[in-house]
Amino acid sequence: MTGVRTERALSYAVLVVFTVIALFPMVAILWQAFQVGPHGIDPSTFARAWRLGHFGTYMRNSLIVTVGVVAVASVFSIMAGYALGTMRFAGNRLLFYVFVFGLMIPTEAVVVPLFYDLRSLGLTDTLPGLMLPQIAQSLAFGTFWMRAYFRGASRSLVEAARMDGASSWTVLWRVLVPVGRPAITTMVVLLFMWTWNEFLLALVLVSSNESLRTAPLGLSVFQGPHVTDFPLLSAAALIVALPVVVVYVFLQRHFISGMLSGALKE
Amino acid sequence: MTRPRKETPPGEPRRVAYLYVLPALLLYAAFLLYPLLHGAWISLYHWDGLTVGTWAGLSNYAEAFGDPELRGGFVHAFVLLLFYAVLPCCLAFVLVSAMARIRLRGLTFFRTALFLPQVVAMVTVAVVWRWIYSSDGPINAVLRWAGLGSFARGWLGDFTWALPSVGVIGTWVEIGLAMVLFMAGVQKIPRELYEAARIDGAGPVREFFSVTLPGLRRELAVALTLTITAALRNFDLIYMTTSGGPGDATSVPAYEVYNRAFGPTNEVGLACAIGIIIAVLIFVITSVVTRVVEGRG
Repeated sequence: MTGVRTERALSYAVLVVFTVIALFPMVAILWQAFQVGPHGIDPSTFARAWRLGHFGTYMRNSLIVTVGVVAVASVFSIMAGYALGTMRFAGNRLLFYVFVFGLMIPTEAVVVPLFYDLRSLGLTDTLPGLMLPQIAQSLAFGTFWMRAYFRGASRSLVEAARMDGASSWTVLWRVLVPVGRPAITTMVVLLFMWTWNEFLLALVLVSSNESLRTAPLGLSVFQGPHVTDFPLLSAAALIVALPVVVVYVFLQRHFISGMLSGALKE
Repeated sequence: MTRPRKETPPGEPRRVAYLYVLPALLLYAAFLLYPLLHGAWISLYHWDGLTVGTWAGLSNYAEAFGDPELRGGFVHAFVLLLFYAVLPCCLAFVLVSAMARIRLRGLTFFRTALFLPQVVAMVTVAVVWRWIYSSDGPINAVLRWAGLGSFARGWLGDFTWALPSVGVIGTWVEIGLAMVLFMAGVQKIPRELYEAARIDGAGPVREFFSVTLPGLRRELAVALTLTITAALRNFDLIYMTTSGGPGDATSVPAYEVYNRAFGPTNEVGLACAIGIIIAVLIFVITSVVTRVVEGRG
């Protein structure tokens, strides 16, 4: 019995050590940003970072881009996944593989041609130009993910609805989507995280219009003139990370299970 | 991921399916597939992004491996693979297999904390670690406190230490992911296998190789796939911490794609070639590793 007890104690010790390692850097910048000291806590650094770094504008841009990408990609992914998962038609498998292929395309391989393609369409330095490639990337994952859900969805439920004379459209939105809330939530939070945190595309595609910067891009620009002002930088870095972290704290199960089972992506 | 039960797609034949797929397919083809093909095409030209390009054949690819600076970038990428993938996976694997024979409770908290570095924006991670490595940061503070002040330095600005320092950030980001994956897997290994191994007189080492390792193969393959991909796609971190410096000490292919296309030299064709090479490397390395680890082929 002592053996098991020692092993248990050791296991928890290992977990505690690595949890501290994972949390220390994050807690340390919270500490810095709040200037915790003998005078207590001072939240004014956040206000200063917010003002100096124009994070009001940048957070708004990030919000617009993220909401747009996630909304469009989710709706079209649900539709495509529904067809690929529940209908028989010529080219079904081929189309599925075409979408799965997209999971393996790194941003690094497309960012340069995208810049020239979007420029010839007059879409560089516009928010739609930043959203379209991210919608495309999101559709690869979303379609893959939703197809897996629809394949496993209850057939009897669909058949019952069809007996009642429901069209395929009604079956999708009135029957399958409400039942598929957990799978859809996982997809939405992952797309939200990937879009919010995207940096390289923003750096290349909206580089010359200051007012269109997203929050991560704003942080990288903000780092320039304040390169050693770590309390100020910490506050800015926390502002940028906060939305995803807050959602993560509430929906961590969706993040973890989604990222680990959608292992093809990233 | 469950495998499809039958070879033929399920459901009844329906032509309306094409309408459902169409919007997704159009956007995906126009803004991901087409740029990929276009990039492959550009990679066959010498092009500065302004004037008319000249046919280059495969010479951009030859340059990507032949140019000492770029070749150095690939060497750095392989060093970072050790830090991002090999080190976290091995360390997490050994640590977690030590927990194999007991049921742990309260894992939700640990899992949430360990996985946190995965969801924090890389630009934020970079700011945090720039502070940790800075001359007045906590690492140097500890060194000075321990009387090792002569070792204190600006870690990210040091020719020798910059690359390992960036690597350690990668280890920090990825080790939690590996631990969470293995913890989930190890709790699924039937206890009886361990008891049987005990009865057969297996020591901890044989138990590890005959029970734990086979039981975690799939998780190991997933962990390696995710971490290897992260190691080769580390543009954000390099751009934010070192910009490839000092000198070329931390230049990596993911950074050179950006640097060659939009930096001072405007070598757009070469940048596209490097981008394609990254895609191929990720694909080849992860599929080989997955096959070997999962014991197929």
